[in-house]
Amino acid sequence: MFKIHSNEKIAPAIFKMVIEAPLVAAKARPGQFVMIRIDEFGERIPLTIADIDGKNVTIVYQTAGVTTYKMTEKKIGEFISDIVGPLGHATDTKKIGTVCCVGGGVGIAELYPVAKAYKNAGNNLIIIIGARNKELLIFKKELEGLGAQLLIVTDDGSLGEKGFVSDILKRLIDSGNKIDLVYAVGPGIMMEVVSNLTKSYGIKTLVSLNTVLVDGTGMCGSCRIQVGSETKFACVDGPEFDGHMVNFKELKARQNLFKEQEKHACKIRGILQ
Amino acid sequence: MNKQTPKERIRNFKEVAFGLSEEEALKEASRCLFCKKAKCSMSCPVEIDIPRFINAIKNKKFEEAIVIIKERNNLPGVCGRVCPQENQCEGACVLNAKKNPINIGGLERFAADWELRNSQSVNQAMNDERRPTAEESPEPLGFARDKLRRGANDVKVAVIGSGPSGLTCAGDLARMGYKVTVFEALHIAGGVLMYGIPEFRLPKEIVKKEVAYLASLGVEVKTNFIVGKTSLLKDIFDEGYKAVFAGTGAGLPSFMNILGENLNRVYSSNELLTRVNLMKAYLFPEYDTPINIGKRVAVVGGGNTAMDSARVSLRLGAEKVYIVYRRTEKEMPARKEEAENAKEEGIEFNMLTLPVRIIGDEKGFVKAMECIKMELGEPDESGRRRPVPVEGSEFTMDVDTVIVAVGQSPNPVFLKATPELKLNKWSKIIIDLETQATNIKGVYAGGDATEGDDTVIAAMGAGKRAAKAINKYLSNEK
Repeated sequence: MFKIHSNEKIAPAIFKMVIEAPLVAAKARPGQFVMIRIDEFGERIPLTIADIDGKNVTIVYQTAGVTTYKMTEKKIGEFISDIVGPLGHATDTKKIGTVCCVGGGVGIAELYPVAKAYKNAGNNLIIIIGARNKELLIFKKELEGLGAQLLIVTDDGSLGEKGFVSDILKRLIDSGNKIDLVYAVGPGIMMEVVSNLTKSYGIKTLVSLNTVLVDGTGMCGSCRIQVGSETKFACVDGPEFDGHMVNFKELKARQNLFKEQEKHACKIRGILQ
Repeated sequence: MNKQTPKERIRNFKEVAFGLSEEEALKEASRCLFCKKAKCSMSCPVEIDIPRFINAIKNKKFEEAIVIIKERNNLPGVCGRVCPQENQCEGACVLNAKKNPINIGGLERFAADWELRNSQSVNQAMNDERRPTAEESPEPLGFARDKLRRGANDVKVAVIGSGPSGLTCAGDLARMGYKVTVFEALHIAGGVLMYGIPEFRLPKEIVKKEVAYLASLGVEVKTNFIVGKTSLLKDIFDEGYKAVFAGTGAGLPSFMNILGENLNRVYSSNELLTRVNLMKAYLFPEYDTPINIGKRVAVVGGGNTAMDSARVSLRLGAEKVYIVYRRTEKEMPARKEEAENAKEEGIEFNMLTLPVRIIGDEKGFVKAMECIKMELGEPDESGRRRPVPVEGSEFTMDVDTVIVAVGQSPNPVFLKATPELKLNKWSKIIIDLETQATNIKGVYAGGDATEGDDTVIAAMGAGKRAAKAINKYLSNEK
């Protein structure tokens, strides 16, 4: 059993939970994730580690199905049954030159530790974050604290510029900024658009994939995805891959495998999605 | 043995085979000839004294029977159900001459189930999340007679993985007096017994009780702990463990590498079985984990896992389920009993058939599978006749779900994090076949992570050999 130290709503349908998990905290590196199971009935779900503080692990989750909805009802001092990790490869955050970190939606939380590590390694860091609107834009304060150039964009223009993260990235490149690496994490469509853009400029791009997982240790193959000519397992081979090689069409299709079941389960429990 | 009727059982996940009643067990035990040179025992990978335990049953001494079994086997309730007895003890029974061998598996299960119903120590351990101390834990049945020396020394041994090989090794070492910790990656102990073998062949309550029995021997199980991620092998030794047994299992599913294999509703058998057995997707939405199975399912492969996948699919509501296998039924590695069960349940066997590609709809879901017919040619290196495609025999199967059950390779997490460990070309840990020793001093391995037979009982045999070798190694180290 793992103790919950906080569980707060940070945006509509987005929550931040701090869990005491000393073994995970001791080994976790930026870019890695954990699997959690909230109780006997819960699904095993993957969540990227957003921060580490002593014995505590911070995760950020968006309500999507019954398990994540039940998570929102957990109170401080209560417990979750299981957390295991850290899983996946850590991001290789050595000094490269200029790194542009691009985050969208709930992916911004996952971007934070990676951006911090790139900054600490001595890179010139540019951060672009985007959301549908001002309310949904998370981790602004944390990212501001990194002392990097931070560019904000919303679909409706309610905060920062109006548009998409890819628009800003394109303008940066076109205006002569020499970018050595783009690191993107967010919805499938956002990572796809960013990867297509950087491919045309020949800028190396890493994406962190949010596939469906069950065990998280290579056992089930649920997370498999075509990368180049090979099928890779996001859990043990990733979660980061070369954005120019990922089959995004497949990624987006596979994310819909259980949509009907999730809807059904939410409906009979009276959970509004 | 009595079973649920096929018509009834394809609608539920309850155990298919009923155990022997006391009356049936006594009758079966009285048929035994109690051979002096017991071929049955010699054919048992863990060398259970079979005539002796059958004699105990015959004399209605059920407690004694289970104690005799447990001298050699820590998981009798599991083995009585899933061992391929026809190739081992029962296959060696002299009564085969009359085509009527003793139902040794049934008797083993009877003794195990009797104990699970009657054992106080197991029932207490089931309800106790903590590791009971020697003082407060009631002794397991036959504890004293079995010369258990729990707590006899303070030497710590680590076991990685709580599948059949790991649990057996842990149990034997605990009986020898070692302080054993089992590290398990998942949230519950049992490994393949929990995630792989379906409820209707091996009820999970049985596995839980057998694990509880090991806890009553003093074995500590740490779940949610991945050696290779949460800790490295080096950390384990640094924490004072003097020897390590790696029973990390097979766990990386193989695919066929054909077009369309990443379509939705193509699952590895591992994923299907893990969702259903471990995460209880068959009870969705009471349990949160879903499974999305269509109406017409093709299961590719001919092993026990393929049979399990097919029978699970049926119970999840599929209307038509096919086994698709590239050789003939004779070459199928599945237990005959399991293939029979599958057939009885209405699963159709498409033999000499090889999938060529899987065809999807516009949303990325399976809508058909193209196959080619095969014929058997010359024997290959495995001694089985090699299947070769019949030119121009392509045809399309109308299916909306494909389960790929064509085997698996060892789980890579521990192996990748331990590059000094020597592996063969199939990424299996190279071991000394007598001692299960790896190339690293103090590190032993067994089960599906290593070369060799891939049954539960073979893994248990490996765990036993390793426990013996670890004891010898640690005795010399002192």
